[in-house]
Amino acid sequence: MEVPVTERQAKKIRRRELLKLSPVLLLGAFAVPTVQETLLKKGLAFHDWAASQFFRKSHLAPTFSDAEVVPIEKFPINDYDVDDPGVDLAAWKLKVSGDVANPGEYTLDQIQELPRQRQNTRHICVEGWDVIGRFGGARLSDFLQMIGANPRAKFVFVECADDYYTTIDMATAMHPQSLMCYEMYDRPLTREHGAPVRLSIPTKIGYKNAKYLTSLRVTDVLTKQGYWEDQGYSTYYGI
Amino acid sequence: MNPAVPKQIMSWESPRTGIGVRAAYEHPFIVRACHWLNSVALLVLIASGLRIYLAFPSFGPKIPQHNFPTIPKQLTIGGWLGGALQWHFTFLWIYIATGVIYVGYQIFSGNLRQVLFMPRDIRGVWPMARHYFLFGAKPELSEPYNPLQKLAYTSAILLGILSVLTGLVLMSPVQFSFLGILMGGFHMARVWHFLIMIAFLLFLGGHLVMVILHGWNNFVSMLTGWKKDPEYLS
Repeated sequence: MEVPVTERQAKKIRRRELLKLSPVLLLGAFAVPTVQETLLKKGLAFHDWAASQFFRKSHLAPTFSDAEVVPIEKFPINDYDVDDPGVDLAAWKLKVSGDVANPGEYTLDQIQELPRQRQNTRHICVEGWDVIGRFGGARLSDFLQMIGANPRAKFVFVECADDYYTTIDMATAMHPQSLMCYEMYDRPLTREHGAPVRLSIPTKIGYKNAKYLTSLRVTDVLTKQGYWEDQGYSTYYGI
Repeated sequence: MNPAVPKQIMSWESPRTGIGVRAAYEHPFIVRACHWLNSVALLVLIASGLRIYLAFPSFGPKIPQHNFPTIPKQLTIGGWLGGALQWHFTFLWIYIATGVIYVGYQIFSGNLRQVLFMPRDIRGVWPMARHYFLFGAKPELSEPYNPLQKLAYTSAILLGILSVLTGLVLMSPVQFSFLGILMGGFHMARVWHFLIMIAFLLFLGGHLVMVILHGWNNFVSMLTGWKKDPEYLS
């Protein structure tokens, strides 16, 4: 349908249509240094919320045959500081605190009394590489039950011998494949791989699979989230 | 020549020159808004994605690591892996939302049919390419979008969908393990994700060249919605 107008009316119509687009310019806020950091933090927080909606407690991470597992020499040793923080393995105890019925110190023997689960799973690093390894240990859910953890608490917060630390949300902690891992390739963890106990959680990104644990706290309140998380990495990073 | 989809047309006379001008309403607000938001989001995703790539510029094992060609950091955004991930994880939602809104709108308004590449368009692609690149004769055009354009824009939509699906597998390989299997596994999902990015860059190059070649009035139509003196109005 053709409508005759005046040139002035045509200009007004086209200018109005252009101005309708002005909200698009709000995206430019991301280029403004003072608000950029806040916007990106909010964006990441939204992303973490969305990712947590995808989590299904009944869905298992893929497991692999022994043939698909890489030889241990090809399993990278990664950390932010030293490979071996010199844990006194003979004297080691895990300090448990927080919203639990049985706080205190737990020995490796006590953890190893729980049923042992062995699984071949993919460890994925945030950098983009991954390796399939063989991990063995007690289910974190069994350990949480042993310490009398409140299942309605929000977080499991762990600290490590090299001052590393991270947080696991309770739903993931209760997942059947989340392990208090004390073995790799059916042998006790070596020092570089996190002796005596590390987290092995195939539903979380690599940097949440903390090594050389020293303490575990069940809590709703966090003053800090994680060594990498506090620097701006995703706090949820469930995969 | 009649456009396949009827458009609003306004016509006026320049009081200065007395020349008659007609303009057709090509692009509704939603299309324009999604276009600009989505294209900015895509550029941010590519630039931040490349910075993420630099953290492990390889598609093989970690030990031993064999690096692929590197790219200059100046092409990237985010500064470091943590920063790049913040940009990537923020803008992918803008990209998905604007993509879904655009395609949804095109379907419900019936406009998709003028952009969608169909089998009957196949034979029109070569004459169009020959005209653009090899000085061939200009083919008779009966629709607002010629077959080569339809091919380009339909491909862009498909690439958008595939970039999201491969991205989901990279982001959540456990929760989307089934999708991962369809793609040939986690490693292949990463390869596809990058190949799709390269395809997008090719589309982008072609698109920008064509936009420049088709002149100011055509470019302005993606801002105001109205295209002055369109080709299909004689």
